[in-house]
Formats: sequence, structure tokens, C-alpha cells
Amino acid sequence: MKVVLQNLTKIYPSRNRKINDEVVAVDNFNFEIPDGKLIGLLGPSGCGKSTALNLISGLEKPTSGKIFFGDTDVTDIQPEHRGIGLVFQNYALYPHMTVRENIVFPLENLRGKAKLTREEMNEKAENAAKLVQIETLMDRRPGELSGGQQQRVAIARALVKTPQVLLLDEPLSNLDARLRLQTREEIRRIQRETGVTTIFVTHDQEEAMSISDLIVVMKAGVVQQIGKPQQVYDSPVNLFVAKFLGTPPINVFDGEVKGGRLFAGGDDILPVPGISDRRVWVGIRPEGFIPDPEGPLRCKLNGIEVMGRDTSVVSSHPAMTGISVRAIVSSDSRLDGGAETVRFSLKPHKVLLFDYETEKRTAEEEGR
Amino acid sequence: MNKNNLKAWLYLLPAILFLGAFMVYPLIDVLIYSFEEGYNFASQSYFGTGLYNFSYVLHDPYFLQAVKNTFIIVIITVPVSTGLALFISVMLSSIEKLRELYQTIFFLPYVTNTLAVGLVFMILFKKTAYSDGMVNMIINFFGGTSVDFIDGPYWAKMLVVCIYTVWVVMPFKILILTSALASLNPAYYKAARVDGASSFRIFTKITLPMISPTMFYLIITGFIGAFKAYSDEVALFGTDLNAAGMNTIVGYVYDMLYGDSGGYPSYASAAALILFAIVLTITVINLLISRKKVHY
Repeated sequence: MKVVLQNLTKIYPSRNRKINDEVVAVDNFNFEIPDGKLIGLLGPSGCGKSTALNLISGLEKPTSGKIFFGDTDVTDIQPEHRGIGLVFQNYALYPHMTVRENIVFPLENLRGKAKLTREEMNEKAENAAKLVQIETLMDRRPGELSGGQQQRVAIARALVKTPQVLLLDEPLSNLDARLRLQTREEIRRIQRETGVTTIFVTHDQEEAMSISDLIVVMKAGVVQQIGKPQQVYDSPVNLFVAKFLGTPPINVFDGEVKGGRLFAGGDDILPVPGISDRRVWVGIRPEGFIPDPEGPLRCKLNGIEVMGRDTSVVSSHPAMTGISVRAIVSSDSRLDGGAETVRFSLKPHKVLLFDYETEKRTAEEEGR
Repeated sequence: MNKNNLKAWLYLLPAILFLGAFMVYPLIDVLIYSFEEGYNFASQSYFGTGLYNFSYVLHDPYFLQAVKNTFIIVIITVPVSTGLALFISVMLSSIEKLRELYQTIFFLPYVTNTLAVGLVFMILFKKTAYSDGMVNMIINFFGGTSVDFIDGPYWAKMLVVCIYTVWVVMPFKILILTSALASLNPAYYKAARVDGASSFRIFTKITLPMISPTMFYLIITGFIGAFKAYSDEVALFGTDLNAAGMNTIVGYVYDMLYGDSGGYPSYASAAALILFAIVLTITVINLLISRKKVHY
């Protein structure tokens, strides 16, 4: 079931008559989520991603705009009739019920024609439990389960009514790092097996990039960019998206284009043919640096962090905007940790230019 | 005894001393009194020991009347006040406007003096030379005949006592229940909504089980409080409760000690122990039931 958002807007009205503190949590969303895909809604805290999810679930009413599931307008339909499954950040498992009772609960609420017999309910619950591999825990209570197991129960409860759309609100944020890795793969697997259109909200870009078919990057209620994770990573539309995606984050320099060449802090770092002279923000991905004794980018070496497979080179440069420049290089490149300076040459496709005023990607470059 | 143990006892000492002097010693004393037959305050002497005091109390028509009154009060007021308090709390938590105003109003009886509340009930129910009381005025308005609620038939007096008791004990229950309801995670309700649960099912399957520890606490303390009823009856009917036929077990104990017919600490002790046995039994029954119904 595809999900279409049309001019979707949610404004929280001002609570104080004297001060206008109206919040536009979701600002004019227009996009389509294709059927059967896993979509990550990504953005920093408070950017409106959870509100967007609540609008899709029906728990909140939009101020204006429409939501379609397939061709059906569901804007005015109550959440229980939308055919959605929702997994909450804290799972919201009913603590006084066993796992089985929790999973069966949505089925017991069915009335009229949809009403199921006890056997049918149990069978569906068993199937959902098998899917998330918790069939041995059916008679425990949520309090007796680990975070990861509770998460699975919550997903099973959301899936038991075979929803058309599965919504997950920060599904991994309550799990420890190792479990997070495991669970995100699990979510991907469950999504593939059921083929249910899944939308999940996260502030963790790595999480979103790793499992999503599409990511939607948001900032302050406005969609910044929608695309495949790699595509958004490689060609962000603005500095915000560039900074938000990637660990370690992109290195940003204050630079200038002059006569087809890119300068940063006096270093002539890269030829940029076809770009008119102007002041720019230069974003260089950590993996875009190549240690080169003759390289054009001259940095003061602060330290080298060995991480086994890679080496992280921490240095500083007069034109940088962050606290340091972090480059990830292959550990084969034997660097002298005691040296004063380090010089890099750059991979041109890892260098991104953004307009100094608007922070948008330079038009010429986008066409490249 | 090692060093740590010694320290622990030292820290416990103040509590042990006070509890010992004001709780344990009097309790043991009561137990002893209840078995001493013909105990005399003035001479501090008694004839013998045995179960006579219990037998006397259990055959005293005033005591039996008090037991009957107490049980009626307990059986009516505990469920009614708890149920009403639950209903009001749920309603309170579902409104947004004026919630605080209503909360304050519902809480007023709690901070009001029992005797002042008694006075209000006098105005509502008592027949005087000038008026029949407000409730009778309403009854008359609808074409009924006046009832003397304070000096009249037993059922009318009991009705007033029950209304009064419910009115006095409810505010505390509302306070506790509204805070219990407010502490429930709203995500449960969102989840239930998405799961398509009706409001009745949400109430019975989610709200009630989740506040069951609080409900259990209120029921237990409600039972105990109602068994100990006394001051409410005094506020309504004065100190001569036996004459009004509205005495309670605690009232009987008081009368036996200090009332006009008083001076019988042995009878009072026996009655107090009977009350203790009743309360203990009811509490144990409550605990047994709660094992199945209360979810912690």
C-alpha cells in the first residue's frame, strides 16, 4: 500500500495569547512512499518527524492537507480503521498482560464481521510471534523480557492484524549498541518477509541509511531531501543534509572559487572547472582525503587514531569550521604520527560545494 | 552480634522505644485487661481470669447493635465511595477545562472539620421548630412527606450516616486515584486506540489493571477506616449513640471506658479485640483476593 502525503501541514497553535509561540511541526509535506518499501524519516530532535508519523497513524489530525493510503483518502479516518500497526518508542506493552495477551489484544477488539474465534486469534498470534522469533516467550510478562525482546513483542502486536502500513517511532533508541545492530537487521528482515510498507522515525542517520530503501531528511518541519540513502549521501542538496549524514561527519571549510580553482585558507586545493567565482562552503567527506606528501591541502597534524581497518587522521586547517578535520584513510598508508604537518590530495567526487549564503549545493556542481 | 548489627540496632532504638511504649505495651495491656474479670480501676484489682468479658460483650444488645451498624456502614460506604471516587477521577482526568477547579471542590470536604461538616448535614437533614431541613423541603416539593432523618426511623438515620461517610472519605480517594491515573503512560492509551479498543475495554483491560495496586490500597484502608467509624456518628447524633441506636464498635469501646455507663476497661478491651479480629479477618480475605486481581 503506497502512502501519499499531500500538502500535509501540522501547526500547534500558540498557547500564550501574548507571545506567538506557534509551532509548525510539519510544513507542507508532499511526497509519495512507494508500496512495500522501508522508509526512514530522519532528522534531528524536534524536527517534526514523530508528528509526521502521528499524522500518518491518525493519532493526530493535520491542520491542513491530505493523507492517502493507496487511493483512499484516510485523512478523516480514525487510527483503528486505517489498517496501521504502530510500534512506540517505549513499546507501550501492557505490563499486566502476558506476551500472548498483548499480541492478541488488537484481535480481541475486532467487532462484527471481522470478529475472530479464540483459535483463529491464537493462531494469528503464534504466527506473528514466530515471525519475530519470540514463540518461546509467549507466557511471560513484558517486565520479564529484555529490551530487544520487548521490541519484538511490540512489532508482533503491530503486525498481528496484518496492517497495510507499519509505523515505527524511534524503534531502536531504547536498545544498547549491539542489540541495535541486530534489531535493525531484524526489522529489515521482517519488513522483507511481510512486504508491508514500513515507515520508521529515527534521529540516527546510520540506522536510517543502513536499512532504508528511501530516506526522508527533515529539518524544522521541512523536508530537505528524499532519496536512496547512498544517493542522498553522495549528493546532498544542502549543507544541512551533508552535515547530518555520515559518521564521522563531513568536514566543512570556508572556501572560495577563483578562476576555476577552489581555494581554502590559501591552499589551492582542487580544480573546479565550470564554477563561477564566488565564496562557498566546502564539504569534504572523511573518506575523500588521500595522504600525499605533495598534496595541496596542508594541515597541522593533531593525532592519529588507529581503528584497525582504517586510520582516522585528526588535524586542523585555518579554513575549517569545526573543531578539527577528520580524515579516514586506509591503515596501509603509513603515516608518521609524530610529524608536524600532514598533506592531502582530494577525491573530487567527495568534495561538495555549497553556496555561502543559501547553503544550497551549487547549481553547476549538481549538474556535474 | 557483629559491629554492623550493633549499629543497626542503635539506629532502630528510637523507633523501638516509641513503638514499644505507645503501641506494643498498650496492646499487651489491652490483651491482659480483656481476660481479667471484674477489674476495678480504683483498687486495680480483679476477681479472676477467663473469657467472661468476651461473653458479656457478645451478649450485650448494645454491642450487637453496634456491630450491625458498623457492618452496614462498611458494606455500603466502602464500595459506594470507592466506586464513586473512581468514576469521578476518570471523569476528571478526561476533562481539560476547569479540571483544577473541580479537583479543589471535590477535595474540600477533606480539609473541612468533621464537626463543621456535621453542622452542614444538620442544616440539610435535621428537623427543627422552624424548618424540616433542606432535604425534606425538596421531598415536600416533589409531594412526599417529611422524614425525620436525625431522630426518626433507623433506615433514615443509617442513610444519613452513609451519605455523610461517603462524602467525608471520598476526597482522599479521588486525590489518590487522580494521581494514579495521571501517572499512567499515555502511550498505553495511544496503543490501545490504534489497536481499536473501545473505551469500555480500555477502562476494564488497561486502566483498571494498571491502577489496581492503588485501588487495592484504597479498599483495604477504606475497610479499616469504616470499621473504625465513630466521630462521624457523634457529629450527626451527639454522644449518646446508644440511645439513638446508631452506636458503632469503636463508640461502644469508648462508652465502656469513659461514657456515662463507663468504667469497664475489661469490657472495652474485649470489644476492641473483637473489632481487631474482625478487621484482621477482612484484611486477610482482601489480601487473598488481591493476589489474583492486583497487578504490580
